[in-house]
Amino acid sequence: MSTAALHADEHHADHHHKESFISKYVFSMDHKMISKQFLITGIIMGTVGLIMSLLFRLQLAWPDEQFSFMETLLGKWAVDGKLDPNFYMGLVTIHGTIMVFYVLTAGLSGTFSNLLIPLQVGARDMASPFMNMLSYWFFFLSSVTLLISVFIETGPASGGWTVYPPLSALEKAMPGSGLGMTLWLSAIALFIISSLLGGINYISTVLNMRTKGMSMNRMPLTIWAFFFTAILGVLSFPVLLGAALFLIFDRSFGTSFYLSDIYLEGVGALENIGGSPVLYQHLFWFLGHPEVYIILMPALGITSEVISCNARKPIFGYTAMVISLLGISFLSFIVWGHHMFITGMNPFLGSVFMILTLIIAVPSAVKAFNYLTTLWKGNLRFTPAMLFSIGLVSFFISGGLTGIYLGNAALDIQLHDSYFVVAHFHLVMGSAAIFGMFAGIYHWFPKMYGRMLNNTLGYFHFWLTFISAYLVFFPMHFMGLAGVPRRYYQFTLVKEFDVWMDVNVLMTVGALIGGFAQLFFLYNFFYSIFRGKKATQNPWNSNSLEWSAPVERIHGNWPGEIPTVYRGPYEYSRPDRELDYFPQYEQDESAPEVLKTEKSKTSPAEKEEAESSVFFAAIKKVFGLS
Amino acid sequence: MANQAEATFEKQPMWSGGRSPFNVSYGKLMMWIFLLSDAFTFSSLLVQYGAQRFSNIETAVTTSWPDPASIFNHFPFMHGVHLPLLFVSVMTFILIVSSVTMVLAVEAGHRNSKKEVQKYMVYTIFGGIAFLSCQAWEWATFIHEGARLDSNFFGITEQGYKHLQSVSFSDHFEWADGDRTWGPVPFAALFFIVTGFHGFHVFSGVVINVVVYIMTVRGVFERRGHYEMIEKAGLYWHFVDLVWVFVFTFFYLI
Repeated sequence: MSTAALHADEHHADHHHKESFISKYVFSMDHKMISKQFLITGIIMGTVGLIMSLLFRLQLAWPDEQFSFMETLLGKWAVDGKLDPNFYMGLVTIHGTIMVFYVLTAGLSGTFSNLLIPLQVGARDMASPFMNMLSYWFFFLSSVTLLISVFIETGPASGGWTVYPPLSALEKAMPGSGLGMTLWLSAIALFIISSLLGGINYISTVLNMRTKGMSMNRMPLTIWAFFFTAILGVLSFPVLLGAALFLIFDRSFGTSFYLSDIYLEGVGALENIGGSPVLYQHLFWFLGHPEVYIILMPALGITSEVISCNARKPIFGYTAMVISLLGISFLSFIVWGHHMFITGMNPFLGSVFMILTLIIAVPSAVKAFNYLTTLWKGNLRFTPAMLFSIGLVSFFISGGLTGIYLGNAALDIQLHDSYFVVAHFHLVMGSAAIFGMFAGIYHWFPKMYGRMLNNTLGYFHFWLTFISAYLVFFPMHFMGLAGVPRRYYQFTLVKEFDVWMDVNVLMTVGALIGGFAQLFFLYNFFYSIFRGKKATQNPWNSNSLEWSAPVERIHGNWPGEIPTVYRGPYEYSRPDRELDYFPQYEQDESAPEVLKTEKSKTSPAEKEEAESSVFFAAIKKVFGLS
Repeated sequence: MANQAEATFEKQPMWSGGRSPFNVSYGKLMMWIFLLSDAFTFSSLLVQYGAQRFSNIETAVTTSWPDPASIFNHFPFMHGVHLPLLFVSVMTFILIVSSVTMVLAVEAGHRNSKKEVQKYMVYTIFGGIAFLSCQAWEWATFIHEGARLDSNFFGITEQGYKHLQSVSFSDHFEWADGDRTWGPVPFAALFFIVTGFHGFHVFSGVVINVVVYIMTVRGVFERRGHYEMIEKAGLYWHFVDLVWVFVFTFFYLI
């Protein structure tokens, strides 16, 4: 045992001595506990977001109906059981904010990056457990701040989750633009700190803390996905911070960065001159576009792992999967303009953004085809996790195709801000990512809690959610093509939209089924934590390193030495093996050539060469060219 | 972790796990990643500056962006003397010198010389405090001259431009009536936000330096056997210095 491992063991024994309730469950520095904290907070936020969507779906389907329970629930925001228009806007905004940032960014990436990075690369914990703990608690404060904003007198921020000025910059613009908006900005500032602390930790852990033998091209695709996700977060969230800083000055200190020549009813012309709201949009979407990949990529990584494991086949095109993740990450930084085609952007610039956007279809298609070819002739095991992963592939394709329509600058004139956009991102980013998250929960629940989730409930959960998601979001395409705008409070007030009322009822029924389906999940999740069937050490016969850790969760992950890695993570159904899987940590007795090649690489000349061209060596290693 | 990396270096190829590929501790790696992220924050601020400046080249109320040399021409105890950009040059010099003393502190840390580390850290901290004090004076003078967040009276009329042309370095100079007019609104606000954000970074750097100085005095690093913490603080300090070069260029030179 090396000195470092000895040191780590002392460290870990040390922790066992003084673990109190507070340090174990509240201010825990163990990545596994922090991942559970992220998950449970994410589930709570997700439930809140879901209930909000059901409330405004009820309003859209039956605008003239009076729901007495709504008055009980919302008080003055639903007098006589009819939802207040301002609060409708607030619900839409907070639903978007919660789902995008709190569930699918922190809930998804926070949970699984924390759980899987140390376990799958073979580390005792994150590089800095303390920063990891801070990351969760900033996220917690941020969640509380956002939830508080729903309960204040003037209501939450209501200018849409993108908080474009002037609605977000002028306190008098609408009721939610006052204190609600201030709280929104505070919540997001805390969120950015949390995501930065987390992201820095994830990157350092992946680069620095891999166990012996875990070269970059032996990392599971989950780790690759979390790694790129963290890089995106670390580089794009600061830009939102810059935009928020200027927005705060516009709101509170009389500057006019984003404001110019505005007439406000009852106030007259404002003094602001010279600013540009489009500038805010540029900065926001410089974060906003990478953000959709921050949401999607962890789900794609989880799906790669789950599909390969449950198809009992190596993932098709490991290197292509990594390169496509890299391509998506890179492109995501230079396509933000496609959210702004109709802001009066120079058409030439629009065409540049359009071409770059359409290029993203290439790596995305590589991923979709690789999933399909991995499934092809596989020995499929339809566990709930597998079903959710296949569901993700379905949403990824059906939602991704409409992305090609929306990326087109000319078509966007008709489709912009219509229900077509809502349909597109709810399928490809919303449903796909949440299905990836569910797949991850069903797959790694045994690792998190040492117990199994109930499969039958899982099947109910999957089928109801899957059908309802298409029921809700598929008809939206047709509404959008016909020109129905998003964020409208009541369609019966506009004669042209009357024809869509039946479809709206259908979609709301779908949403109610989807909401009901989540009860299966919530019951299953919380019941199984305490009463589920006890899990074995490697219940899915998976290859990756996390299943070599014992079922009972200990600080430091492995009781003895950290296992050494001998091969890639996807060696399923090898013809020369009796078992259909070959764990990364199992030494091959018959053919120790892996070790031999490693030894031969230590010649001094080669070491020097590697030292002299760090970056080149890295690229070579990553793409398996060496 | 640094020890671990060094111990296993001989046996392990760069990227095959069990060691740090760059041979750095995780703390230093984290600092680099943080600085990368912070660079994006400053970039976003400077991009907004550029956008605002170029969209304000010609508006109804003004002709052009104010000339920094005509505004930042004051020096302490030299009232009414035209000394364009002299004071800010002194500030820049102070900050760069404090970076040099930081390098010396890091170098002394490599030799495990506690005494020298202490000495150079004190110099660096003084440099930081001096810079912040200068910035306070600069801000105060600027506000006294009439800088406000929501307006800008630093636009120059044709008469003012001629007046400014007739004055050479270290001449007596004061604005005459009609020399100045309303200029592009965001000028002062941008100055305050960006230099303020940078000043906040310098302030944080001074706090960090004071903390590592106290740790040095208490012998924490001596017991630890290495002065890597000084190096990490140094990385941050140099970054702040580098950012100032950009801020200085954008707000004073062009």
